[in-house]
Amino acid sequence: MSKTLIRGAKVLGGEPQDVLIDGATILEVGTGIEAGDDVTVVEAEGKILLPGLVDLHTHLREPGREDSETVLTGTRAAASGGYTAVFAMANTFPVADTAGVVEQVYRLGQEGGYADVQPIGAVTVGLEGKKLAELGAMHESAAGVTVFSDDGKCVDDAVIMRRALEYVKAFGGVVAQHAQEPRLTEGAQMNEGVVSAELGLGGWPAVAEESIIARDVLLAEHVGSRVHICHLSTAGSVEIVRWAKSRGIDVTAEVTPHHLLLTDELVRSYNPVYKVNPPLRTERDVMALREALADGTIDIVATDHAPHPHEDKDCEWAAAAMGMVGLETALSVVQQTMVETGLLTWAAVADRMSVKPAEIGQAKGHGRPVSAGEPANLTLLDPAYRGVVDPAGFASRSGNTPYEGRELPGRVTHTWLRGRATLVDGKLA
Amino acid sequence: MMRHLISAADLTRDDAVLILDTADEMARVADRPIKKLPALRGRTICNLFFEDSTRTRISFEAAEKRLSADVINFAAKGSSVSKGESLKDTAQTLEAMGVDAVVIRHGASGAPYRLATSGWIDAPVINAGDGTHQHPTQALLDAFTMRRRLVGKDEGLGKDLSGKRITLVGDVLHSRVARSNVDLLHTLGAQVTLVAPPTLVPVGVDTWPCDVSYDLDRVLPKSDAVMMLRVQRERMNAAFFPTEREYSRRYGLDGERMAKMPEHAIVMHPGPMVRGMEITAEVADSDRCTVIEQVANGVHTRMAVLYLLLGGNEPAVTHTRPTGSEEK
Repeated sequence: MSKTLIRGAKVLGGEPQDVLIDGATILEVGTGIEAGDDVTVVEAEGKILLPGLVDLHTHLREPGREDSETVLTGTRAAASGGYTAVFAMANTFPVADTAGVVEQVYRLGQEGGYADVQPIGAVTVGLEGKKLAELGAMHESAAGVTVFSDDGKCVDDAVIMRRALEYVKAFGGVVAQHAQEPRLTEGAQMNEGVVSAELGLGGWPAVAEESIIARDVLLAEHVGSRVHICHLSTAGSVEIVRWAKSRGIDVTAEVTPHHLLLTDELVRSYNPVYKVNPPLRTERDVMALREALADGTIDIVATDHAPHPHEDKDCEWAAAAMGMVGLETALSVVQQTMVETGLLTWAAVADRMSVKPAEIGQAKGHGRPVSAGEPANLTLLDPAYRGVVDPAGFASRSGNTPYEGRELPGRVTHTWLRGRATLVDGKLA
Repeated sequence: MMRHLISAADLTRDDAVLILDTADEMARVADRPIKKLPALRGRTICNLFFEDSTRTRISFEAAEKRLSADVINFAAKGSSVSKGESLKDTAQTLEAMGVDAVVIRHGASGAPYRLATSGWIDAPVINAGDGTHQHPTQALLDAFTMRRRLVGKDEGLGKDLSGKRITLVGDVLHSRVARSNVDLLHTLGAQVTLVAPPTLVPVGVDTWPCDVSYDLDRVLPKSDAVMMLRVQRERMNAAFFPTEREYSRRYGLDGERMAKMPEHAIVMHPGPMVRGMEITAEVADSDRCTVIEQVANGVHTRMAVLYLLLGGNEPAVTHTRPTGSEEK
């Protein structure tokens, strides 16, 4: 395999350095590294070099909804957004609740070659919340599942949740909870509050999320396990996680880029592009989430990339599917909301979008330091770029982005997966 | 006037008064031997009803026919919609057929807004009730009824409802009628009070331009009009209140309670009424109850809306008196 020299990049936003990749590994990091004849040089002055991003929460839709996304198109979208590893949620058709399905997804990722795909296994059979899926078999499969989630649905039965938390301790797994109390959210279509009252859309109260998180951190404490909370969306959820951490409970939490930027005021347009689960909340919630991501209460950014075909969104609000794509815009949104506001340094971005998610999901070879001897999983971005989002240019099969027509900063120009460039000058390789 | 009528909140005071004044003119047509105007001759209006509604659909149809429009009635049941056709497909079909306006009733809040703003169709859209969001022509016919009763049949022309105290009672949470009325009555200068059990008041209501009370008996003596809202039977099993009996005791309107209202005060109901629970037969059948008038006024008001959206900006029948906007 050939060598690549990334010249003059600000590694984690620091001083310009050269990074020499040899095959799948970083050979050298320093200044004034000479490029030999056989070296591909990438001029990176003014650009930021980060460890390849890791998304703990991606919906790849395969098997079953290949009209929305496939493992291949989803991982191409991942590479476009600077990701080198993605965790694929289990709510596929069939559900990823057996070793067979998770192995299929895992192998499709390997064959595609654009990002490592680590399947997430369902906690319960068919996501029905009634009977534990074969968690151990999924862990022992070729896919080596470490994260389990019924995402899209909440494991609302306290006994099932307790058993899952206990059971995965046997092999160091983690349960990722979609916190949504089902009875409190019956008929819910958007955040409950001033806007829902006015629009006549079923309200989705913050307490429906917060009450489940409170229960689950206490369950995790009781059984001595660890729990991960998916897509926090409310200020109250932040407070509960902060309290749980101060108490020593082994809890981690994620926030999506859209919950760091968008509010429920946008729903006034009745445009289903803003329909998402959990719903967009208020400005106060957005500010609390940003602060919590900055102070480490929220551990990571996860995209909740949720592709849907055009017809599932080009309809009235009630009929529309929930979710938005996010892999290709995540870093830009984080730059706008966290870096340009002074809340996070680029080194901290690397921590929240690569190091920590890789740790939580045990993604081997990812989230590593940019230093000699480490796997060459890298992302290079141009923070000075400004551009209007056009989903027609997305690598994802779906274009249900809330940012269409909106100017966002930053652009990933290169992504390397174990030394192989998957994105070069903004184009998939 | 605006191009579409989606929400009562979209109407300015002058728009609303113009509609009410025009409705007054339309009401005179109803007294004629031949209840018909040529105003919308050659225009095609589609009544697009995705949700069952006998009262509103017939009211719109009567209004359209009195204005000489060609009417297409579309009911979702038994149509291509039940075979999976989307609102967008239906809208584009109507667009291709060249309809001049769409009156839409839909179970989903926001569906008329989407229809009007998504580019699926070019014709004006009139919201005939969407989910728990809005029912603007209901609010207009209610305001028309109040103005006639509380200000005067002839004295009301050009006037709004300034200073009138209106009380809405019942299931505010699920009521598009309540939302529309709060918006419009506020625009027209009335003081609105919502009375309901706390479970049937939406979170966020504190930003609405009205007061909220849980005590009907305290509000009644200060009300010029009391509008009872329909309580849907399915709510009774969803823990919004303990029993039908308890609801009726605390929030139902019977003769004894009606006696606490000022003498001139009226009782309203958008219909259909649940007699015995929301309102007793004694109240429903009393002279103070305007339910039948509201039905008749619905046709006049909808004629006014259709005329103004499709016909023009001038009053339909006469040009001799000032409009609300000119008066201001």
